[in-house]
Amino acid sequence: MDAPPPDGRPRPPLRLLPTGGAVQVNQPLPFGAGRNGRAAPSDLTETMGKVARGDKQAFSALYDALAPLVFGIVLKVVRDRAQSEEVAQEVMIDLWRQAARYRPDAGSVQTWAATIAHRRAVDRVRSAQAAADREHAQAAREHTTAFDEVAEQVETRLESEQVRRCLRGLTELQRQAVTLAYYQGLTYREVAEALRTPLPTIKTRMRDGLIRLRDCMGVTT
Amino acid sequence: MNHHTTDAHTLAAAYALGALDDDERKDFDAHLQTCEACRQEAAEFQATTARLAAAVAQPPPPGAKAQVMAAVDGVRQLPPRVPAAGAAPVLGGILRRRAVSLALAATVAAVALGGVAVWQTQNEQELEQQARQAQQQLDAVSAVLAAPDAQTVHGKAANGALTTVVSSEQRNQAVFTAANLPAPGAGKTYQLWLDHDGTMLPAGLIDHDGTVILAGNPADAGAVGLTLEPDGGSPQPTTDPLLLMALPA
Repeated sequence: MDAPPPDGRPRPPLRLLPTGGAVQVNQPLPFGAGRNGRAAPSDLTETMGKVARGDKQAFSALYDALAPLVFGIVLKVVRDRAQSEEVAQEVMIDLWRQAARYRPDAGSVQTWAATIAHRRAVDRVRSAQAAADREHAQAAREHTTAFDEVAEQVETRLESEQVRRCLRGLTELQRQAVTLAYYQGLTYREVAEALRTPLPTIKTRMRDGLIRLRDCMGVTT
Repeated sequence: MNHHTTDAHTLAAAYALGALDDDERKDFDAHLQTCEACRQEAAEFQATTARLAAAVAQPPPPGAKAQVMAAVDGVRQLPPRVPAAGAAPVLGGILRRRAVSLALAATVAAVALGGVAVWQTQNEQELEQQARQAQQQLDAVSAVLAAPDAQTVHGKAANGALTTVVSSEQRNQAVFTAANLPAPGAGKTYQLWLDHDGTMLPAGLIDHDGTVILAGNPADAGAVGLTLEPDGGSPQPTTDPLLLMALPA
């Protein structure tokens, strides 16, 4: 059973988008196993190979391809713009540093970069939280606010129509669990707290939510 | 109830969502090394969450690129091939140009014949079994050396040992050779590690000069490490690494 939002207010009804079969909408992001992107993953794999050998020109191309992805998710999680710029730059430099560690058989370059960026962003948020213990109450309040904000942004602000559509295919609790964790950088324990839902339920909703998203997006590795 | 299975599988989602704390993440990283199905699922989930990241893509600030490009000038890359300081540079150069040379193959095979290192996991009850294992290991070593995509890196450990790793991504196998390895001392052994994004996973033991096949998934590892550990090895390194060699991309 999906829990009501923590503030108790009723959730705005979902807006349905026309999805009549083959939807032709903008798919501006370089994703999807070459289905709808500007740069097929194989192109970036080749670029990564050059970057791993110290090719600055290739890194410049890699920057152009990945910086929006990196900055976007860092900003989403960290929220403070100045800090996000700093973290995103660290991530880009880290991609340069670690280029030789990228393994094409473990996933696309985008997945690799997104994973590193998200981890750095989460680290920043969590260390900031740890350092600000005395502001704990404030942080907790922010979580609640942020929670509403996230729900709203998921409705209206996603760049990718496909992701938006797929998120709409989740149950309310699945969607909240997934977006609070990924876009807010909460641990699953914090998600369980925020949603006042038992821990095992949250873990299960994260899993079946991601399975549904994966299948909806046609993700393969 | 099947708590264990349920837990491992649910955690793959939380892992891909970045919703585990540090300790849990490390535990799950280790778990992934032993669970092929979990690895596959985690990879798919990470590809899925990466789409969530792409969905919130934002143009980076205009000045950022110039700063990053300037910054990387001073940032040393983890090199795809490590001719570490002190490694035999001439030999390294030749080998890099000629993939795996026959000379190296012969050297490694000779070392392997001379002393196949003892494995933590091997049951040594029967000499016959030992011999069979030695033969199998030699075959495995040869297979890696003969792999068409075999790549070689050289290093020098802090204790002076000269080391070589030959790895084949296709086979997901790597062999480690040490020469001039000082005796580990009573009650101690050298232990090899594979670095998976900062998590060191046990990759076998080596007590003296020789060649071993690294246990684990070298294709997924970024580097090979070597530490001195109590006899029998440790679940994680307990001493500073004597050596860390980046693996080829």
